[in-house]
Amino acid sequence: MSSAPAAASPKLRAKGRPADIIFQGISTFAGISILVMLGLVAIFLVVQSIPAFGPDFDVKGTSNFLEYVGPLAFGTVWASFLAMIMAVPVAIGIALFITHFAPRKLASTIGFVIDLLAAVPSVVFGLWGANVLAGFMKPAYAWLSDNLGFIPLFAGTASGTGRTILTASIVLAVMVLPIITALSREVFLQTPRLHEEASLALGATRWEMIKMAVLPFGASGIVSASILGLGRALGETMAIAMVLSPSLVVSFILTSGTNPSTIASNIALSFPEAHGNEVSALIATGLVLFIITILVNGLARWLLGRNPRTGGAK
Amino acid sequence: MTTATAATGSKRNTLTAGQLSKWAPWVTLAASFALAAGLFMLVAVASSTDFSWAGVAIVGYILFLIILPVVSRIVEGGRKAMDRFMTGLVTGAFLLAFIPLLSLMWTVVSEGAARFDVQYFTESMRNVVGEGGGAIHALVGTLLVTLGATVISVPVGIFTAIYLVEYGRGWVAKGITTLVDIMTGIPSIVTGLFAFALFSLLFSDPGYRSGIGGSVALSVLMIPTVVRSTEEMLKLVPNELREASYALGVPKWLTIVKVVLPTALAGIATGVTLAIARVIGETAPLLIIAGFTASMNYNLFSERMMTLPVYVYNQYIAPGMNVSAAHERAWTGALTLILIVVVLNLIARLVAKIFAPKAGR
Repeated sequence: MSSAPAAASPKLRAKGRPADIIFQGISTFAGISILVMLGLVAIFLVVQSIPAFGPDFDVKGTSNFLEYVGPLAFGTVWASFLAMIMAVPVAIGIALFITHFAPRKLASTIGFVIDLLAAVPSVVFGLWGANVLAGFMKPAYAWLSDNLGFIPLFAGTASGTGRTILTASIVLAVMVLPIITALSREVFLQTPRLHEEASLALGATRWEMIKMAVLPFGASGIVSASILGLGRALGETMAIAMVLSPSLVVSFILTSGTNPSTIASNIALSFPEAHGNEVSALIATGLVLFIITILVNGLARWLLGRNPRTGGAK
Repeated sequence: MTTATAATGSKRNTLTAGQLSKWAPWVTLAASFALAAGLFMLVAVASSTDFSWAGVAIVGYILFLIILPVVSRIVEGGRKAMDRFMTGLVTGAFLLAFIPLLSLMWTVVSEGAARFDVQYFTESMRNVVGEGGGAIHALVGTLLVTLGATVISVPVGIFTAIYLVEYGRGWVAKGITTLVDIMTGIPSIVTGLFAFALFSLLFSDPGYRSGIGGSVALSVLMIPTVVRSTEEMLKLVPNELREASYALGVPKWLTIVKVVLPTALAGIATGVTLAIARVIGETAPLLIIAGFTASMNYNLFSERMMTLPVYVYNQYIAPGMNVSAAHERAWTGALTLILIVVVLNLIARLVAKIFAPKAGR
């Protein structure tokens, strides 16, 4: 009944005040500047790395860029893979402990402590890994290579310093642990309370409840949390740069003193003394790392967006 | 009927029959560790090697994980045994995470305390060979570089968040959100390379180093964090507040400045503080673009500038004449860094608590 005046009036528009336009302009400019900034990152990296793809490539005894970046890319993926094997199960365990096992009062304290672990600067982790963890692991490596030397992973003589790719991976695992734990905890907390109570009421033990209600619901969340952690592990620099002494090798051996280096740590160690062609080569490896991490993070976001926490039972 | 009488007759409590008592896991735990300790004691005596506490912990835990489920399987059945096994496993995972944290804190505090003195915070490394010296130049550098990064990222971050929440529609807003996501995942060393590529092209100097480059690199890491947290906070501001303001005839920009931002201020301040805490410990980008020096440099725009994380790294990697003195300086630097980060985190929590908008308004 009152629709007549609304229909008759033309479409209302706010008055275009200058201050309004300026403010909107500033906000839009800020938003666009992020677009521009990321574009600049890509463009400048590409421009500076072009010389590395030329024919007269000669860095550290390699004759073309692929030969140089290959072992480094292998080291990056291998170290991150080892770190993820260790970190993901432990992180899921901690997240389950906080959400379903710990007394409620204790749980928030634990959450804070885990956040604290996330706040420790990476250089401190590196210092700790090289000085404390390496010394602690040294006898274990000697034992592994003496007694389990027939397994290819532990072949050859053990490192005399304990500074091996396994030590570096343990440090990496400790560093990505808080990220995966925090995200998995969020996912587990979103499990519908009724699903949990229903399965307990049917006589399930706590583990059966977790297996049937919590884990299926959180599966996609765990996967994307792990991939985000992997993205962090791939780009982590200082821990590996401080623990490993670099060499351009491809080797799966965990306990040896000769270890593959990673892209990020190689940049950190070589850049301060690099000049000329090597600078472009290092920037080009940085570009490769940039692309790898974008792909990995994109995969995580895609998984999270494709399966937005609906869980098994709906 | 008959079974019930039989059960009462046998004087067993039917509710707890077929269950392990409450103390059973603890007894099993103690027994497992005692067994493991005994085992290692024998090995240590027999082969005259050192007694290994780590070995006892590992073997004791494994024994516990085997013995308790086996006992439980006999008394309580398979399902309950599985439950006990997984409980042990999950608790073990949780305790495992505390080992590195405690070890790290203990080493940093005990090793860092030695040089945590006045000299460390009043002197630079200029003309210092061997013992002595300090990190004042690195502290000043860290403060300046982080200040620069904050000055760049906070306005850009907050205005981007305002755009996304208040103005942004359609594909531009969606694209910016995606790009912020991508920016969150950039490896820190890549931002250092970017800043280097940018400035060395701008000044056509292949060996370019300066503090402002470090600020630019850190701001690439900081902006997405600021955008994310500010966005979350702006979204929490109730729409009724905005509508009430519009209804009174207040222009949109004034509504944002006078109504939306003050309501979200505490949350934004917390987010910014946490973002600062995140970038203040970054090493890799500064190593590349700010470089290292032993002297004080107050000028953000020229010459190399030392920062605390790079100082720690440099003292460790290039200790010079007196290795132990350099390592002590590195550990004290690590202690200082951790203290700064913890203080920033506490400030963020306090700000969030004190200035939080009162509920039920």
